[in-house]
Amino acid sequence: MMADSGSEEVAVLDNTDLTSTESENNAINTMVERETALLRKIDISVAESEKRTGKNTVNMHETYTVYLIETRPADAGAEGGQPVGDSPWRRYSEFELLRTFLLVTYPYVVIPPLPEKRAEFVWHKLSADNLDPDFVERRRMGLENFLMRIASHSVLSNDKIFYQFLTEEKGWRESVLETGFQDKADSRLKSLSAMFRVKNPDKCFTDLKQYSDELNNAISHLLRVRVKVADRMYGVYKVHGNYGRVFSEWSAIEKEMGDGLQSAGHHMDTHSASVDDILEEEEHYADQLKEYLFYTDALRSVCRKHELMQYELEMAVLDLANKKQQREELTTGAVRVFSLKGMSSKLFGQESPEQRESRLAALQLSIQASEEGVLEKNRECREFMRMSWEDVKRFKEQKDRELREALISYAIMQMSVCKKGIQVWSNAKECFNKM
Amino acid sequence: MSAGAPRGLQPVTEATHPLSAAQEAPSPASEGAAGRHIPSGDAEAALTNGTPIETSSPASASSLLNRLQLDDDLEVDTLDLYASTETRDLFVTVDDPKKHVSTMETYITYRVSTKTTRIEFDLPEYSLRRRYQDFDWLRMKLEDSQPTHLIPPLPEKFVMKGVVDRFSEEFVETRMKALDKFLKRVADHPVLSFNPHLNAFLTAKDLNKRQGLALLTKVGESVKQAAGGYKLRARPPEYSAMGEYLDTFNQKLGTMDRIAQRILKEQTEYLVELREYGSVYAGWSGSEDSLRRPLEGVAGCVSTCCGAMEDLSESMSQDLLPVLREYVLYIESMKTVLKKRDQSQAEYEGRLEAAVIRKQEDKTPVPLEVEKCQDRVECFNADLKADWERWQSNKRQDFKQLLTGMADKNIHYYEKCQSAWESLVSRLQEDQAENTNDTDCD
Repeated sequence: MMADSGSEEVAVLDNTDLTSTESENNAINTMVERETALLRKIDISVAESEKRTGKNTVNMHETYTVYLIETRPADAGAEGGQPVGDSPWRRYSEFELLRTFLLVTYPYVVIPPLPEKRAEFVWHKLSADNLDPDFVERRRMGLENFLMRIASHSVLSNDKIFYQFLTEEKGWRESVLETGFQDKADSRLKSLSAMFRVKNPDKCFTDLKQYSDELNNAISHLLRVRVKVADRMYGVYKVHGNYGRVFSEWSAIEKEMGDGLQSAGHHMDTHSASVDDILEEEEHYADQLKEYLFYTDALRSVCRKHELMQYELEMAVLDLANKKQQREELTTGAVRVFSLKGMSSKLFGQESPEQRESRLAALQLSIQASEEGVLEKNRECREFMRMSWEDVKRFKEQKDRELREALISYAIMQMSVCKKGIQVWSNAKECFNKM
Repeated sequence: MSAGAPRGLQPVTEATHPLSAAQEAPSPASEGAAGRHIPSGDAEAALTNGTPIETSSPASASSLLNRLQLDDDLEVDTLDLYASTETRDLFVTVDDPKKHVSTMETYITYRVSTKTTRIEFDLPEYSLRRRYQDFDWLRMKLEDSQPTHLIPPLPEKFVMKGVVDRFSEEFVETRMKALDKFLKRVADHPVLSFNPHLNAFLTAKDLNKRQGLALLTKVGESVKQAAGGYKLRARPPEYSAMGEYLDTFNQKLGTMDRIAQRILKEQTEYLVELREYGSVYAGWSGSEDSLRRPLEGVAGCVSTCCGAMEDLSESMSQDLLPVLREYVLYIESMKTVLKKRDQSQAEYEGRLEAAVIRKQEDKTPVPLEVEKCQDRVECFNADLKADWERWQSNKRQDFKQLLTGMADKNIHYYEKCQSAWESLVSRLQEDQAENTNDTDCD
C-alpha cells in the first residue's frame, strides 16, 4: 500500500511478483494497478512534512502540518529532473476538499479514502497525538498513497482539478469552488442523510451495500482486537526483561554459574526489546487494513447515489403517472384524483370549457416534459449503473489482490517474529549450557 | 564476583573427619557390601551422624573425599544429576499415584519402588505404597537423627482447600515428582541413605510411626538439648558467607518466582485476545470469495499459535515454578542446619570457657565432655561443608537443566508457530501462481 517514501520513481511493477518477502516491496507492487496517461507523464510523491502555525477562521492560533507535493517528469531518471509545477505545500484539510470534490463530481467511482484524520485503534505505547512525528510520517505515506491511487485511476487521473492540486500553489482553492460542486455537495449531503425507500432496489447494489457493511464490521473488529493482542504481546515480552535483571543480580553471587547466567540475562534483555520493532512493523499491516476499512465508506457512497437516482427515477415515473391520470380526468370529467382545482370548482362552480382546454394543454406540455424527464433519468440511471458497476468490479479485483498480498506479508512477518524468538532462546540456551 | 566463596574452602581432609581418619587407603571401587571397615574403637564415630556404626560405609567416605576436593571437572556436568563418583547401589522411584476413598478421608498413595544390592536390605527389590504423611514422617525422622546433615525438602504440606484441588491431575503429578526427587536425593546421600528410617520407609509393610528407634532419637535429642542457652560469639567467616549467600539466593528465587508468575498471567491474557483475533478472521472469511482461503488460513495459524502458547504456559507452571519453590524450601533447611551448627559451636565454646575458668580456679582438668563437644563441632562442620558442596553441585545441575528446559520449551513454541505460518505462505503463494496461470491462459 505504501509507496517507498524515499524513491521518487513509482514505476509500475509486475503484479505477479509472488516471492517478495519484504512488505515494502509488496506495497509498491500492489498499489499501482495500471499505468495511466498521467503517470506516464509524471511521478508524484509527498516528499516532506512541516509544522506551521497560523490563525484559523476564528482568529485563534493553531499549529498544523503541511505536506510537500512533488511532481517530476516520469522519465527523469535518478536525478529526478525539474519539478513539473509549483510543488505546493498542502495541509490535510485541502486533501479533504479535493476528495469531497471528487466524490461529488464522480459519484459512480469508488473514491480512494484518505488516511485517518485522528489516530484510532492505537495500542497503548503508540501515540494518539496528531502532531507526533511517527503519526505524521505514517500520514505522509498515506497521503502519497491516496494521490497515487487517484493518479492510477483511468477516470480520476484525467481530472483537471486534481492536476491543479498537484501543481498549483496559488488559486487552487478558488478553482475548486468555482466549479460549483458545493451545490451538488449540499444535495448529496441531503441524500446521504435522507431516509427514503426505493421500491425496486437493484439486487446487485443491495448485495454490495450489505457486503460493505460486513467488510466494515469485520475490519473494525479486527483492528480493535489487534490492538488488544498487541498490548498483551508487549506485556509478555517486556516482563522477560525482568529475567535479565534478576539473572544479572544472581550471577553476582555465583562462581561457575555466573558467566552463563549473566550472558543469558543479556539475551533476555534483547528479547524484551525486540517487541518494539515487531509492533512497529505491524502498524504497516494495520494501515493497509484501515485503508480498506475507509474504502467501505466510498462503497456505501456509490450505493447511496444509486439509490438516490433510482428513487428520483421512481418519483419521476410516479409523477408522470399522476399527470396522466389528471389528463384522463380532465378529458373524461371523472374525478378520481383529488385536486384543489377540482374541489374549488365543485365548491365554486364548474369552470368554463375554455379554461378546461387551456388547462389540458398545459398539462399535456407538462406530461411531455415529464416523459422526456423520465427517459432521461432512466438513461442516466442505467449509465450510472454501468459505470459504477465497472468501477466496483475494478475495486473488488484490487481489494482481493491487495488484501491477499497483505495477508501473505503478515504471515511472512509472523515467521520472522518466530525466527527471532528461536534465535534469542537458542542463544540463551547456549549460555545456560555453559552454567 | 561471588559474595561468598564456599568453594574456596580448604579440603576438609585437613580437618579431622572420623570417617576419613579411620581409613587407610580407601578405594573408590569398594562397595559398601565389601568393606565393613569399622573404625577401631572410635566410639565418637557413632556420634557424629547419629547412625549406628554398622551402617557407616567406607565407600561413602571416599566419595566424600573426592567430592570435597575442588572439582572443576566439567565432565561431571554430563553425568546423571544425582550420580556420585562411586557406583550406585540403591535405586528408588516414586510413581503411580492412586486415589483411596475411605469413610474417614480421601487421600493419594504413591508406589515406592526400590532396587538395591546393599546387604542392609533383606531383599533386592521392594515395592509398596506410601502416602504424603509417610514421607513427612521420614523427613522428620531424618532431621531428628541426622541433625548435622542437610535434609532435602518435601513439597508443601498444606494446600488451601478451595483454592487448590488436591486431587487434580496436575497437582498430584507435581507433588509426585517432588516426592520422587526427595527420595532420590536421600537415597543418593552417602550418609542419609544408610539411615534405618529410610530402610524402614522403603521396606516395612506398616510404618509403625510411633516406634522410634530409641538409640537414634536419644542421640538426636542430645544434640538438640545441647543447643539451649549458649550464644555464639564469633562465627567463622565461611559460614557467615554461606548464610549471606542463602539469603541473597532466596531473594533471587522469590523474584524469579514472581517474574514467572507474571509471565504466566500475561501469557494467559494474551491467549484470550489471540483466540478472539483468530475468530474474527474466520468470521470475515464468510463474506469473502477469493479471500476466503487466505483468511481461513490466517485464522488457522492463529489457532495453532494459541495451542502452542497453551503448551508453553502449562510447562512453565508444571516444570519451572515447582523447582523454584523447592529450592526456597531447601534454603530453609540449609539455614536450619547452619543455625544448629552455630549452636553446636556456641555450646562447645561456652563449655570450654567454663572449664578453663574452673581449671584456673581449682586445677580441675578439662572434662572429656568438652573434648567430645569439640569433636562434635568439627564433625558437624565437616558434614556441613560436605553437604554444602553436594548441594551447590546439585543446585548447579538442577538449574542448568531447568533453564535449558525452559529455553527448549520456548524454542518449541516458536518452531510450532513458525511452521504453521510457513506452510500457510507456501499454500497461498501456490494458489496465487495457479490463479495467474489461469488468467494468462484466458
